[in-house]
Amino acid sequence: MSHQPNEVHKRARIARSILTLAFVALASAFFRAQILRSEEFALQSETNRLRVVPLPGARATIYDRHGEIIAENLPGYSVSILTPKEDSLRSAMRALARVVNLDSAQQERVVRRFRDAPTRPAVIFSDAPFDVVSVLEEHRMDFPGLIIQSAPKRYYPDGPAVAAFVGYVSEISQQDLLKEKFKEAGYKAGQQVGKAGLELQYETRLRGTEGARFVEVDARNRVVREAGVRPDIAPAAPPPLHTNIDLDLQRYAHSYFGDSLQGAMVALDPNTGAVLALYSAPTYDVNKFIGGVSNEYFNSLRADKRNPLYNKATQGIYPPASTWKLATAAIGLEKGIVTMDTHMPVPCRGGMQIGNRYYKCWDHDGHGDVSLTQAIAKSCDVYFYQLGLKLGLMDLVAGGVKLGFNQRTGIDLPGEFQSRFPDGKAYFDKKYGPRGWNNNFVASMSIGQGDNAQTPLNMAKFYTALAIDGKASTPRIVDTTIIRTDAITLSPEKLKGLQDALGDVVSRGTAAGAQIKGLTIAGKTGTAQNSDASRDHAWFVGYAPVEQPKIVVAVLLEYGLHGTAAAKVATKMMERYLKAKLTLTSITPDG
Amino acid sequence: MLRRQTIDYPLLVIALLLTAFGIAMVFSAGQTDVPSPIVGGAWKRQLVFFAVALTGCWIVTRGSVRLFEWSAWPLYVLTCVLLAYLLGFGTGSGTAASTKSWLTIGGRKIGQPAELAKIATVLMLARVLASKRDSFRSLVDMWRPLAVVAVPWVLVMLQPDLGTGLGFIGICFAMLFWAGAPWQLLVMLASPGISLALAFSTGLWGAWFCVLVALVFWYRVWLWEGVVLVLLNAVVGMAAPKLWDSLNPYQQSRILVFTNDPTMDPSGAAYHLNQSQIAIGSGGLFGKGFTAGTQKGLGFLPERHTDFIFSVVGEELGFVGVCVALSLFLALFLRCIRVATRANDAFPSLVACGLAALWLVHVIINIGMTLNLMPVTGIPLPFFSYGGSFLLVCWTAVAILLRISGEGRGKADEVSL
Repeated sequence: MSHQPNEVHKRARIARSILTLAFVALASAFFRAQILRSEEFALQSETNRLRVVPLPGARATIYDRHGEIIAENLPGYSVSILTPKEDSLRSAMRALARVVNLDSAQQERVVRRFRDAPTRPAVIFSDAPFDVVSVLEEHRMDFPGLIIQSAPKRYYPDGPAVAAFVGYVSEISQQDLLKEKFKEAGYKAGQQVGKAGLELQYETRLRGTEGARFVEVDARNRVVREAGVRPDIAPAAPPPLHTNIDLDLQRYAHSYFGDSLQGAMVALDPNTGAVLALYSAPTYDVNKFIGGVSNEYFNSLRADKRNPLYNKATQGIYPPASTWKLATAAIGLEKGIVTMDTHMPVPCRGGMQIGNRYYKCWDHDGHGDVSLTQAIAKSCDVYFYQLGLKLGLMDLVAGGVKLGFNQRTGIDLPGEFQSRFPDGKAYFDKKYGPRGWNNNFVASMSIGQGDNAQTPLNMAKFYTALAIDGKASTPRIVDTTIIRTDAITLSPEKLKGLQDALGDVVSRGTAAGAQIKGLTIAGKTGTAQNSDASRDHAWFVGYAPVEQPKIVVAVLLEYGLHGTAAAKVATKMMERYLKAKLTLTSITPDG
Repeated sequence: MLRRQTIDYPLLVIALLLTAFGIAMVFSAGQTDVPSPIVGGAWKRQLVFFAVALTGCWIVTRGSVRLFEWSAWPLYVLTCVLLAYLLGFGTGSGTAASTKSWLTIGGRKIGQPAELAKIATVLMLARVLASKRDSFRSLVDMWRPLAVVAVPWVLVMLQPDLGTGLGFIGICFAMLFWAGAPWQLLVMLASPGISLALAFSTGLWGAWFCVLVALVFWYRVWLWEGVVLVLLNAVVGMAAPKLWDSLNPYQQSRILVFTNDPTMDPSGAAYHLNQSQIAIGSGGLFGKGFTAGTQKGLGFLPERHTDFIFSVVGEELGFVGVCVALSLFLALFLRCIRVATRANDAFPSLVACGLAALWLVHVIINIGMTLNLMPVTGIPLPFFSYGGSFLLVCWTAVAILLRISGEGRGKADEVSL
């Protein structure tokens, strides 16, 4: 090579320029990464090393109308584990199974939760018993990713009494996790969610806000540091949910029905539609459903012939029988076919011939020639057969539809059944064929039998219209907004006539045995025929006090034989509620 | 040569600073949340290696440039024989377990002959280039220096050790440039490689091919030489896909990760790169503090004491620390160029340039790799990465440079670049 100084210096200049350029390029690449994109990488570095351990938030407390607790949270413990891979999770659980009780089905559930949310700790026990917690605390060093923390646990102090409406909470199912509604609300595997009743209906208002704790993990997802990595985010409980329920009445219904009676009880405030009590018997302990019901308990409930799992107040539909005669009467009065004093052509002799069939009255001795007022008080079937015939089947059906007998009440509870009622000619054509039915069907319908089956709740709603001014109040457990819709369109005088007749039922009519001293009660009994002919269902729907109705009660006793049995239960409920109310007002200090 | 040497203190100080910085980072790389005995104690062994390297350095500075020139041949032959021996009897190690890069005698790992080959090749190449009196006119003219590089290069690539192979290529081009080879010839020499790199896109490759043909006509190379060059480029361009298929999957994925998005496969081949970028980027301006890097400490950063040690610098000391390290390296290279220009003969000048080029290739590829500017080749960072052989080689190089500087014109210890 030529080693002439000039050439060497020329090459050195080129070399220096190339070097400087290369280093400036390198430095600017670092400038871009460390200064311009620093935040982005810092975030990625944090996501790398930090794992969020959710701190379960307590659900809102549910109160009754007087501030008594219906649903609350007790301190409990949850056990979860943070693992990098499914393999390590499985081996950790095999090791855990040597220390605590953890069968293979439970292990599979943990694996499923891990798959649904791999970056969250997989919940092993959402409500670990104290002995399990203490054993695990002892072996804590053997399970590096194990997280034992306090987790609020749902509790219903009056579990069996409130089972019909409060519902329960349990872990969110895999199917629910896939639903858009839950995805949008940010539900994660292992979280608790309302499964029935108020817990389901008001899930968005009851759901607690999850907090977070941060732990540091290494590249293999092993927990390296547990405390002080980053400040915790405290969980938050939403404001409590106040209901219209009167827990005292609810408890009273529970104790009154006891083990012997089966059926349903609904109590509404006719002025507001507030649900004061809603009970279905036999009941079950809803606390046993929290966090997943045991197969044993669930199967015993399912095997019970008295159907405890089925909410008879909102899902049971029964022929309303004589309680529906008020609807027939109201429709007749509306049409102007009868007044309260109208007598029918055929007096009651224990039955009458309609077409080619003889229709019996419930009282074989007959009621003689009665007015509408007397017919209601004595529940005379023959009178109502004739009223129905005068109205005609289609007018009666149309009137029933107008009164809301083919609709749900719109109560704020999930799973309410629609009552069964024809909606017009097409219904009969479809059910019996165009020539399979005739106008005489009206006879059965007019006494609340035939193609008519109502939930106790829907009957109670109808009686809120009878009790006040003809407007039906939509039953609401939580909302304070009053929804009252037009139902019976009668002048106040005519409505008063109906109300007086109802009052007569209890004062001297079919429910005379259910009188309560010092309380004026109006209502109607009903005895519903059903498939088991020897054991009729017993109905009573009524309100009190007559002068200024404060409570509507509908009681249905399955196989209660006669409406008077239901009337006794209902009047006891009214007494309890109204007397209790008096006591409460009397202890309120003046000023 | 009995006169007392002046010591090139700036060069020595830069090298000492870089080594101290490096050992500090090796120490920090060992500070992890889940202690690793191997990495944790690496800094102590590196200190021992440094002591050995300093001793070696002192011994080498006792030899003269004349001695280096004389020893070029035997050293070169020795390393070539060792490299050839490795192909049959070499052992793998650590993450590069499948490559036969370690010389093992009686079950004990002695070192990696490829590191020694770097120095030997620089000396040999300098000797061959210095002996050529006239300047290069054609590619054929270059056959002797090319052959000198080709022998160890082929042996190293057969191990396979892609990183060292790249080092040889860098040395070769830098020294040819320093020896006065015209840039047109260097471009032509590089043309098959460029063709290979551009073969993935027909359009780009076509454009390059036209440029090459124009260059061949303009520079008026020998007719047959031009024909061979053009044909070679055409063949390489067309054979590239076949060559691609013959690569190992891990090599393919490294190149794919480099040419494409590093986030495309966050758990596989791109994982290292991604974690390294996160480590550096999250360091910000001042870093997370010495030994406080989380990416490093929690094990997200791979090879944190060897290949990816510069990511630890970036994470813990931030942009400021990176700039300090880069400035030290730049100062080292500029000082090397000063040594090369001051050398009183062609051989020492070429050696100084070759050693600088050797370091430069390592620095650019290693540091570039941490930010995905260069493909991952597993090449260590001089003075920083943990490893005895390479530290010894680096300090031998420092010693040779100190000697050349001492024998050069002017004042060796003057503080200027």
